[in-house]
Amino acid sequence: MSDVRTEDSKGAERRPGELTVREMLRWAWRQLTSMRTALVLLLLLALAAVPGSVIPQESVDSLGTSRWKEQHPDLTPIYERLDLFSVYDSVWFSAVYILLMVSLVGCFIPRIAAYGRAVRAQPPRAPRHLSRLPDHTTYSTDEPADDHLARARQVLKGRGYRIRAAADGDDAVSAERGYLREAGNLVFHVSVLVVLVGFAVGGLFGYKGGVILVEGSTFSNTLTQYDDFAPGSLFRSEDMEPFSFTVDKFDVDWLLEGPRAGMATKFNASLSYREAPDAPTKQYDLRVNHPLTIGGTEIFLIGHGYAPVVTVRDGNGDIAYQGPTVFLPQDASFLSFGVIKALEARPRQLGFEGLFYPTFLMVDGDPTTVMPDDRRPVLSMLVYAGDLGLDDGAAQSVYELDKSDAEQVKGEDGKPFRVDIQPGQTVQLPDGLGSIRFDGVKPWTRIQISRTPGKEVALLGVVLALIGLLGSLFIRPRRIWVRARPEGEGTMVEVAALDRSGNGDMAEVLDGIVAELRGTEKAEA
Amino acid sequence: MTNAAWETLSNQAIGAAGVVYFLALLVHLAEWASLRERVPAATASARVASGAGTDGPVAVATREPEPGAPTSQRVAFLGRLGFLLTVIALVVHLVALVGRGMAADPNRVPWGNMYEFTISGSFVVTLMYVALNRRFRLGWMAPIVLGFVLTALMVAVIWLHEEVAPLTEALNSYWLVIHVVSAIIATGAFTLGGIVSAMYLVKARRGEAVSGPLTRVPSLDVLDRLSYRIHAFAFPVWTFAVLITGPIWAHEAWSSYWNWDPKEVWAFITWVVYAGYLHARATAGWKGRNAALLALLGLATLWFNFIGINYFSSSSQHSYALEQTTITSPTRL
Repeated sequence: MSDVRTEDSKGAERRPGELTVREMLRWAWRQLTSMRTALVLLLLLALAAVPGSVIPQESVDSLGTSRWKEQHPDLTPIYERLDLFSVYDSVWFSAVYILLMVSLVGCFIPRIAAYGRAVRAQPPRAPRHLSRLPDHTTYSTDEPADDHLARARQVLKGRGYRIRAAADGDDAVSAERGYLREAGNLVFHVSVLVVLVGFAVGGLFGYKGGVILVEGSTFSNTLTQYDDFAPGSLFRSEDMEPFSFTVDKFDVDWLLEGPRAGMATKFNASLSYREAPDAPTKQYDLRVNHPLTIGGTEIFLIGHGYAPVVTVRDGNGDIAYQGPTVFLPQDASFLSFGVIKALEARPRQLGFEGLFYPTFLMVDGDPTTVMPDDRRPVLSMLVYAGDLGLDDGAAQSVYELDKSDAEQVKGEDGKPFRVDIQPGQTVQLPDGLGSIRFDGVKPWTRIQISRTPGKEVALLGVVLALIGLLGSLFIRPRRIWVRARPEGEGTMVEVAALDRSGNGDMAEVLDGIVAELRGTEKAEA
Repeated sequence: MTNAAWETLSNQAIGAAGVVYFLALLVHLAEWASLRERVPAATASARVASGAGTDGPVAVATREPEPGAPTSQRVAFLGRLGFLLTVIALVVHLVALVGRGMAADPNRVPWGNMYEFTISGSFVVTLMYVALNRRFRLGWMAPIVLGFVLTALMVAVIWLHEEVAPLTEALNSYWLVIHVVSAIIATGAFTLGGIVSAMYLVKARRGEAVSGPLTRVPSLDVLDRLSYRIHAFAFPVWTFAVLITGPIWAHEAWSSYWNWDPKEVWAFITWVVYAGYLHARATAGWKGRNAALLALLGLATLWFNFIGINYFSSSSQHSYALEQTTITSPTRL
């Protein structure tokens, strides 16, 4: 600001406080790169991160987000305008961290230059009055001043200090150490940028997708095979590696006793996979915490559930639907909800909607599942007949039944007809609509496939940042001066220490050096 | 020994450790009460000009009363007794932790749930206090540390206690050891640093005391530096836990190294606030009081992350969608 004012006094037409564009920019740059601004921006970043932990985020929990939106219809438009459902991609969050990064760059570039000079510089000359420094001590010795100074050089050099080159007429030794502290500091700040680059590369070029695979089915890595797919904005589908795999078998162990009874352990999906269509088939046991890596793509096991296998016959007795259908667990008991659509059924399409109980038991008249293991599986579904709305080509979830043009099938008593079947059983539907047979249960696995380029860069950045951080926190930059003057018969010695980080206990350092200087003297005497 | 026996041993040891901590607290309170009778020794807080003869700047603040005075002897005795009791309680506390790990089948580190995390975290607080006591003369801190540890243990036993159970699948990884132990150590150290910063603020407000317990608390300068040193230790450990091992493990278990999960967000917030604290100490006008306030803010975010997120945030712990609940079930760490 001070230079701005002097220029103001030169420009006669300008009012006080008026700035040219250049001055304005320079002022803004100084403000932005000041330590105080960096600190405020840091705290702002912390504050800006908070909403994302309170409000469900689209990219983290899309189910929770839509549920939240349903519950708060009034707030939703406001929140949407403020990007509160995707805080970490929002303009305002990005603004904070970009400003912080600019501030950081503006702060450390001049410092790198300054450090380059400081590293080559000699330790400064001893101040005239060493006794003005907070940590200093004096003692007298019989040794001649020059000899004592020569030994002080040796002692300090032995302790890793850089010594100012001796010149004629010097009555003091200047020594400095801890040059690497600033280097650590700079490495830390540069590494933050490296991490950000790694993070950005992953976000832009990477992708993440999920697919549910019933035991025995095969997946090949093309876009159409995914149930959900979240690519980065610069992702190209040509980058997808051409692997394929089959889930041969899925095993899980259930804890039968203890406080965690009902918890599943030892998930294991046996895969056979090929890295490319013409590559040999290999085997892999996919487990939690044990992903499969193919090239730059990783495959994770992140969920499992049950897919009841049914055969639906229509009114004509023809098979209208056959195969496993994925049911989604509603909670940890694996009570699962699902929908079966027999679109080939004639004369009318048939739809089933209901629950799957892995281990069915009536408890006080309520159907429940007592174990997540499929010990006594039961399907309990309501039946709909009519147009299931798939013929008009509109996309539809496989987990939802469009009942707008279908009517509920009723039993003879006029109540909704309910299908309750166990494996091997067949139920005839009323009105000659057909039948459904529960053939058995197959497990399904949810597989997450992701490609995160730049993760090694990010990791390298964090590790470098940690190393830099350790350097900047624990390397103690300090200066020592030893002055020796002949006084009467002997020599008067002054030693002073300056801690440049402001956190060390220099008294201890000073004591050590003085003890060594005097101790060796005694040993020689 | 059977698993059940180990579990019983662990539960009893926690109770016993609590009792001994309480005795230690009483002894230290008696020590502080004795101080009231004491005429404060000549204020020696000014730095001794000549560095020779003192053993570090922290020593400057501890004022030795006149030797031979009966009260000062009693104070010294009570101080030593309190410390001894603390060490005994710490050993019993360790037995409880080991028992907890041995009780599980298969044996594991005792960091599987909130109860285990709390008793481990409070163990680290005491351990660090005991380890640093000699070097930094932390005697003045004893009642606060003990009060905190005792409260944490009571909360753990009354509200958080869970029976020993096998780990959920996502936790079943050697990263549990690396990641959680560093997080626990950092949490313990930050807590200790926060106590020092809190005392800094109390002392800055009340001014240099001439009598009473506050005379034992070192000068502002020493408190500020001590707080910085503890934080300077804790911050890299926290960085290691949250920004290195956390993402590596998250990548292995949940397929993405950073998910913006509430727990991660708050760990990040804590990191940023403590980075702010370290910055503040190097920024003119932010030293001392403001830096201490930042340290306490950081501690608040840390504990909120530990307690608050587990209880108030429904979407926490990576239960992204219902079909995943079983594998990535709430770990409550």
